[in-house]
Amino acid sequence: MEKIGLKMIVNGTPVSVEVSPFARLLDVLREDLHLTGTKEGCGVGECGACTVIVDGETVNTCLTLAASMEGKCITTIEGVAANEELHPIQQAFIDYAALQCGFCTPGLVLSAKALLDKTPHPSKEEIKVAISGNLCRCTGYQQVVEAIEAVANR
Amino acid sequence: MPLMGKKKFNVINQAKKRVDAADKVTGRAKYAGDVVFQDMLIAGCLHGHRAHAKVAKIDTSKAKALDGVHAVLTAADILKPQSWADYYYITDHVKYIGDVVAIVAAETKEILEDALKAIEVEYEDMPGVFTVDEALQADAPQIREKGVGLVDGIPTKGTKGNIFFESYYALRKGNIAEGFAQCDVVIEKEYRTQFVEHAYIEPEAVIAISDPFDGLMTVHASSQNPYFTRRYVADALGITMNKARIVQRTLGGSFGGKEELVGLIAGRAAILAKATGRPVRLVVSREESMIESPKRHPFKFNYKIGATKAGQILALEGILVDNSGAYNNQTQFLNCRAMIHSAGPYNIPNIKTDTYGVFTNNVHSGAFRGYSSPQVIFAGEQLIEELAEALNMDIVELKRKNILRYGDLTATSQRLSQETIFADMMEDVIAKTDYQAKFAANAVQTGEIRKGVGLVTCYRGAGLGAETADAGGSLVTALEDGSFIINSGITENGQGLKTAYTQIAAEAMGIKFEDINLMGIDTHSVADSGMTVASRGTVMAAQSMKKAGASMKKLLLETARMLLSATSLEEVDMIDSVAFVIGQPERSISVAAINNCRLWTGKQLSVYEWNEPKELLMNHHTGQGNAFPTYAYGVCVAEVEVDTATGYVDVKKVTSAHDLGTVINPDTVKGQIYGGIAMGMGFATTEEIEVSQGKVGNHNFDSYIFPTSMDMPEMDAILYECEDPEGTYGAKSVGEPATEAVGAAIALAIANATGKRIKRLPADLERVLLGKSLRAGGDA
Repeated sequence: MEKIGLKMIVNGTPVSVEVSPFARLLDVLREDLHLTGTKEGCGVGECGACTVIVDGETVNTCLTLAASMEGKCITTIEGVAANEELHPIQQAFIDYAALQCGFCTPGLVLSAKALLDKTPHPSKEEIKVAISGNLCRCTGYQQVVEAIEAVANR
Repeated sequence: MPLMGKKKFNVINQAKKRVDAADKVTGRAKYAGDVVFQDMLIAGCLHGHRAHAKVAKIDTSKAKALDGVHAVLTAADILKPQSWADYYYITDHVKYIGDVVAIVAAETKEILEDALKAIEVEYEDMPGVFTVDEALQADAPQIREKGVGLVDGIPTKGTKGNIFFESYYALRKGNIAEGFAQCDVVIEKEYRTQFVEHAYIEPEAVIAISDPFDGLMTVHASSQNPYFTRRYVADALGITMNKARIVQRTLGGSFGGKEELVGLIAGRAAILAKATGRPVRLVVSREESMIESPKRHPFKFNYKIGATKAGQILALEGILVDNSGAYNNQTQFLNCRAMIHSAGPYNIPNIKTDTYGVFTNNVHSGAFRGYSSPQVIFAGEQLIEELAEALNMDIVELKRKNILRYGDLTATSQRLSQETIFADMMEDVIAKTDYQAKFAANAVQTGEIRKGVGLVTCYRGAGLGAETADAGGSLVTALEDGSFIINSGITENGQGLKTAYTQIAAEAMGIKFEDINLMGIDTHSVADSGMTVASRGTVMAAQSMKKAGASMKKLLLETARMLLSATSLEEVDMIDSVAFVIGQPERSISVAAINNCRLWTGKQLSVYEWNEPKELLMNHHTGQGNAFPTYAYGVCVAEVEVDTATGYVDVKKVTSAHDLGTVINPDTVKGQIYGGIAMGMGFATTEEIEVSQGKVGNHNFDSYIFPTSMDMPEMDAILYECEDPEGTYGAKSVGEPATEAVGAAIALAIANATGKRIKRLPADLERVLLGKSLRAGGDA
């Protein structure tokens, strides 16, 4: 099948890849760009483990055609820490023990980042809404909410 | 009450940061599905999607002819279609929806999908058996040759039927007839539970690499128990276990679930890797995981309980039957725990229970956080509350009269000889939650939205107990720069085990937490320590880490004594990686200098210690004896609001109180408790694998519903400590206690709110509103 040329900016770096017309953004990130921090949990847009930020908005990459990303600016979990320095949200997840198995953690961190980038001081309810698309089976979300609140209250 | 905070330790009992956290928040952590090898093939499975059928004909020629397809294998093509653990790698006789009839390895995912579609299979459907009730009917088709029937209500060898004989456990205490004869009130009740999915967010994944030179088959796996997975790989290939190597990758949740299916796909990938000579990756889709992975056992409980007018419970009789599905290698252990706890945490002199599993053409049941306890506690706590109603007695009064206390005999006639803070915990939680006033007020409310409150008291045998040997080994190695490597056969599954083990080793050695590294499990690097199950990792298996740490410390102090020129009258000790003469801290030396000296003088730098479990004498015919070294006690109060117009249950608050003995890490303990509440809430209100004639109705998270951040109630985790020397540094289990009481507490709260009792979980809209489910499914 004929491939499509795709140019996008991933974690601040322009990338150019050849993708099949039906390729999901998830597969292009994981298989072509080797950014395996973006996870597949369900493949139907329910669990949010594949969350990335596209031009400031969170998207489920399992439901996003890669070909639709032409010219878009994408942040994956690998692009959240700058120059080996953890982002305050990442540090708060560590400080508040807001992770267990960690499989949903990249998606949760990115949902929290998208929220705080737009709304630096959200209410607890806003935090819960912002991460409601990220299923976590380990934590019960309590320490996750505490971690995000701690960053929001700074 | 002894809330956490009175104990004195250097490293444990503190909220140390998780050692794996940085890798997990940055996306660096590599899970099995993230691992890539050069020339890797992609593998997949063709499922039968039938409840019971013979494969009449299977034609793989079209699939094999596709470009980029490297292997298409059926049951006829492989060495040993049935695994050592009952389940099949590939079968020609489909016994449940998840059975696999062919496996394929191809260059790409797209080619793989085309190949799976190109396999032509003709089936001959066969009659099936699906529910516990159907399985026990005298004329039911026999699903497994090894199934047995009942004689006078007792599973009996040599008879035909669907009972899994090895899963039968009897409990006989006192004299049940005499006990009931003295009762003023006797009630009989039935309760049921459902199939529940683990729903770890990471689907199962493996990648197998065959080394043609040394014959070693390495499988990187999302395995909860790599040593268990090793058995599958050796078994599937017909090689010795020392040629099968499993590397546990960062595990994306398990909760008991990543045993059977991970073992099977490890075997399948290894078979394909051997057949093709290429690395083979097999990642299961969510839909495949939902039909082939194990589930929480559905139970049918028939209980009879009696008490005097004064509220003394004198007799309990029960039949507990669980649906094991088509294959099983768990019910024969799980039912031991179910039997031991079948009469609840109450002091009852006369007990007779029979617990056994049945084979059906359903998804199979396996280990799932609690290992029978969420179901048994749901039934038992409803029963005790219904008894209180029949006695016209306050439930708290009834519990006060019968709850197990220090010195009492459990259902297995084990005397509680360690500090037992259970009754005090109950009183403390009742006071903190204002349970009694709320319970009374709720009983007389009107209106559409009704409030309810439920109180659960329960206990759990710590570790494996009499189920099987609770042994473990740990390795500690000192390096010349003062750093240490530790390892054991126990796995990090997300629960925080690496952090807990690092704290325990640091405490035992007097070494800084930061100076210790625990990498994880490669089965060729450290011996099997038994499975990471039964909430035993920290409590029981880590005894060996404490021992190994203590042995290492002894060696280090011998060298320190020499280097510090300590006299025979002077004592030396080590704290924070510095050895010193007690009373003279200026005479000190770093552990790096000690290790360096030991290296160059040829002294031992590595210690391996094994911990043999304490002997537990138990009669497996009567279920009488010492079942566990000790018990962890739990008290849970759930508060709900029920919309009586829709049946919607809004869980408002859960108070979850635990006897932790010694808290190793309060942050990770709280994480267990909060996560356990979420899982218990799902079990109670929304979660069910909806089976109908063996078909599964919900295949993904769009229809299998468990709590999101917005669903979560206010949570209060209460951490108690006590003096009980049985566990490592006095620690008790928490992983499973965290969830086992929650579902039952919510069910009780619903009864308090509506006046109607939930007899069958989950308490979804239909069951709360109508008392039955309208969807496909019905009983399991």
